[in-house]
Amino acid sequence: MNLTLKVWRQADADSDGKMVDYKVEDVSEGSSFLEMLDILNEQLVETGEEPIAFDHDCREGICGMCSLVINGLPHGPERLTTACQLHMRHFKDGDTITIEPWRAKPFPVVKDLVVDRSTFDDIQQAGGYIGVNTGAVVDANAIPIPKEIADWAMDGAACIGCGACVAACKNASAMLFTAAKVSQLNSLPQGEAEKDRRTLAMVETMDAAGFGNCTNYGECEAVCPKGISLDMISQLNRDYAAAAMRRLVGRAS
Amino acid sequence: MNPIVALISSSLGKKYLMAISGLLLSLFVLGHLVGNLQIFADPYFINSYAYKLHNLPYGLLWVIRFGLLAVVAVHVWTSIVLTLENRKARPQSYDKDATAEASLSSRTMRVSGIIVLLFLIFHLAHYTVKNVPGHEYGKAIQIKDVTYEAKVPLKLPESKGGAVLKTPTGEDKYGYDVHTMMIAGFSHLWITGIYLVAVFLLCNHLSHGVSSMFQSLGMRNSGSRKSLDLFARIYGIGLFLGYSSIPVAVLLGIIKVQGIPA
Repeated sequence: MNLTLKVWRQADADSDGKMVDYKVEDVSEGSSFLEMLDILNEQLVETGEEPIAFDHDCREGICGMCSLVINGLPHGPERLTTACQLHMRHFKDGDTITIEPWRAKPFPVVKDLVVDRSTFDDIQQAGGYIGVNTGAVVDANAIPIPKEIADWAMDGAACIGCGACVAACKNASAMLFTAAKVSQLNSLPQGEAEKDRRTLAMVETMDAAGFGNCTNYGECEAVCPKGISLDMISQLNRDYAAAAMRRLVGRAS
Repeated sequence: MNPIVALISSSLGKKYLMAISGLLLSLFVLGHLVGNLQIFADPYFINSYAYKLHNLPYGLLWVIRFGLLAVVAVHVWTSIVLTLENRKARPQSYDKDATAEASLSSRTMRVSGIIVLLFLIFHLAHYTVKNVPGHEYGKAIQIKDVTYEAKVPLKLPESKGGAVLKTPTGEDKYGYDVHTMMIAGFSHLWITGIYLVAVFLLCNHLSHGVSSMFQSLGMRNSGSRKSLDLFARIYGIGLFLGYSSIPVAVLLGIIKVQGIPA
């Protein structure tokens, strides 16, 4: 298949970028979106042009590195799919495809389609952990956890931190990411002890990073390659309110 | 930082304020509608209702008025702050923007909110302050020999509980003839037009807002989301039908000016 690509090109963080058109020919329908970019890059290298920089790592849909906004949607049109797992058969011969980086102030463009997502690390470091050594693997059922709670925590843990939620949100809010991390740890007995300080610190770090505010559009949930639910945000809203109230009376955990 | 300041200045704190003020305002518009629908009954009902509101004990009327204004101020202030922050969070917009899920009403909250706010100002000038330039209240409609703006004695037939409008000392109390005032207002097509557009946008605003406030307060999950979304839509549409029924009924002549029983 032959395609026209409109790609964001930006030499480095300080330069202005612009959309540039490319033609890419003879793309197999079986190739992934990133392989299609590899093919284009080979053509660019041959003609002596600078290849397009884009993030990728595992190409198996689990590392969270790929970060392309394809035709206005992070990771492209397929639900529950990362860009690396998106195949060209979902496009038609002759299509024009727009490819842009994640757009958010806390995710500055490093080069072309590569953005710096270390503000997610800052949020994680503010409380996305258990502050004590919980030891080696304990006997199963030594700490009883209801199946629903374990499933719920696992759903939160599925977040790969790719940032598609921020990219899709019309307010560039990082609520789905933060909520997934908070819900995962707050729901389990090991995370319970630091529930309030975790919730307060992660939300306040998220705010300080300059992300927008959640207005319940639901775009994040729709594009999340791991299907993280808005219910996580609902829990974060609950946990933050409870933590802030307990802090008010000096009893935050 | 002071924990109260920290809460209010956090992104979630502002969302709580938005949700709680939104909840109070959406309950107000429902109460206001129920009050207004009394126009379909005998003029006695809405006029004595208005009279009672205007004569609440302990200056409660002004407490309610300032309370509502404060709630509107909180709602507007948080929306301005949130909007400015959201704009700042995405300095470079997408060349090609797409929407996967967000409803039209959620994406038009700002526009619908601003227009409803402008309408609110007009509505207060129109019916509370009674000061819309070029709109002559007194000439609008005559009830027998009393123009509507005149303070008319609300002497009502005993059979309709007219006694409630008597003071303990037995003197006549005076109140506005709200029934006629509303008919006079909606006899102008342009006012009816503005009103219908505003209540439509309000309905649109609430179709997202009423469900969204449950989410913001952490009281929604995927089990209840569909029901809450449906409830929000029914709430919005119900209010639209209720509110728009009044000017439509006036235009169709279903609600007519009636003389105040002397």
